[in-house]
Amino acid sequence: MFTLYGRRRLINGISLSVSVLAMAFGLFWLGWILWTLLEHGIPGLNSTLFTQSTPPPGSQGGLGNAIWGSLMMTSLATLIGTPIGILAGTYLAEFGQRGWLAPVTRFINDILLSAPSIVIGLFVYEVYVVKVGHFAGWGGALALSIIVIPVVIRTTENMLRLIPNSLREAAAALGTPQWKVISFVTLRAARAGILTGILLAVARISGETAPLLFTALNNQFWSSNMNQPLANLPVVIFQFAMSPYDDWRSLAWAGALLITFSVLTLNIVARVLFRQKANTY
Amino acid sequence: MNAEPVTTPKLIVKNLNFYYGADRALKDINLTIPEKMVTAFIGPSGCGKSTLLRTFNRMYQLYPKQRAEGEILLDNQNLLDKRQDLNKLRAKIGMVFQKPTPFPMSIYDNIAFGVKLYENLNSHDMAERVEWALKKAALWNEVKDKLKQSGTGLSGGQQQRLCIARAIAVKPQVLLLDEPTSALDPISTAHIEKLVDELKKDFTIVIVTHNMQQAARVSDFTAYMYLGDLIEFGDTSTVFTNPKRKETEDYITGRFG
Repeated sequence: MFTLYGRRRLINGISLSVSVLAMAFGLFWLGWILWTLLEHGIPGLNSTLFTQSTPPPGSQGGLGNAIWGSLMMTSLATLIGTPIGILAGTYLAEFGQRGWLAPVTRFINDILLSAPSIVIGLFVYEVYVVKVGHFAGWGGALALSIIVIPVVIRTTENMLRLIPNSLREAAAALGTPQWKVISFVTLRAARAGILTGILLAVARISGETAPLLFTALNNQFWSSNMNQPLANLPVVIFQFAMSPYDDWRSLAWAGALLITFSVLTLNIVARVLFRQKANTY
Repeated sequence: MNAEPVTTPKLIVKNLNFYYGADRALKDINLTIPEKMVTAFIGPSGCGKSTLLRTFNRMYQLYPKQRAEGEILLDNQNLLDKRQDLNKLRAKIGMVFQKPTPFPMSIYDNIAFGVKLYENLNSHDMAERVEWALKKAALWNEVKDKLKQSGTGLSGGQQQRLCIARAIAVKPQVLLLDEPTSALDPISTAHIEKLVDELKKDFTIVIVTHNMQQAARVSDFTAYMYLGDLIEFGDTSTVFTNPKRKETEDYITGRFG
């Protein structure tokens, strides 16, 4: 027979062990993934990785063209998606109390947020690639920007909603017009959180493969022409990893390692940024 | 009988009703706020004292389901009139809130922000205005060497004085204080109360407070409210020592509320 206190201790002990086990289970796989990545990726890391283009099977080469293409498309997608996302998120948070437009937009945005990226790739393929008649970097950037927009909208809205209404009231009480309240006070107060959202969106698109398969495809050569097929890390990894050639597979692992660690770095930067800001409130 | 000091009315409230959706939160309020005096609103939580204060600068208009009916006259103009320019009105009636609300910018910019909205000052005049406001708010000596630092880095009491400085920097006629010391420690509270006493030379002050001793200490006139009704209004010493209504007496003697 347990006393009430003893029973609570027992239940507490069981729940604690179960949660620790669950965490260990999750971490185990994550650790394994990282370990495999390091094991296979590190041998492929060398200076030619960044300087040379993807080689034909059996010869020396690197991932330079793919890294460059990925950088171009990711930056462009962020440049297109961020302003739209911030403006729409601001609308939802600051003007979305009245009327039907905001709830409808929010609902559609939630759907877009969870839309499979392959659907977005197919969409851009249909409306862009088919119309111009060839794969192109612009299409890749466009597809990626469609993934960026809902992420930025969501984080911008959430971060602005975290700003206490008392701050808006204080600014309004001075006779500040609403556009100034938003641009000089609330957006400024939320900027670390919004920046975090942008970084997470960049992290999200830097590993996306499906939308690029349908749009930018791949290019064996170094190219900056956004109007032509453009090499990029995810698609190169996809093609090389499936190939029977050892040197291609080694490059694929090196590429996977690069992407994973850039995403990891972005996540850490985002967290540090957000924590710094959280401390001042 | 006529022991009241001679006063000029600044704000005249006539038959004011206020609604949160269908709930009537203020019931036919009639009240005259005298110029360059401190008027305190007291009463238990939910009595409508903050609601009444927030009608004076139409703060409720930020929220869709809130509305006011009746008249509030400032210099013989009904400020509830839809044709009144809301932002110009708010420049004339400053407000300080329960929790300090420094803007996410430097101490200097916190003060200059409101001034820039309605005045075009050169940098020298602006610096003078900032100094004037900070001195008025008894904060200058503590921050004069760190005007470029963030306003959010100050202590709670300093932040609240920064907010007062920000409100008076635009030279309003009326200053609304919504429980300005309820988030502060006793020393900061004493600072602010002393400040209120100073500021009434230049401004008409309306203060909402939970603290009856505070109302007794700082105000010239006191309004006691209960459940949306104005129960009693008069000069503070009369309301506290010789209230006309039984409800007021019960509240101020602590038998209720």
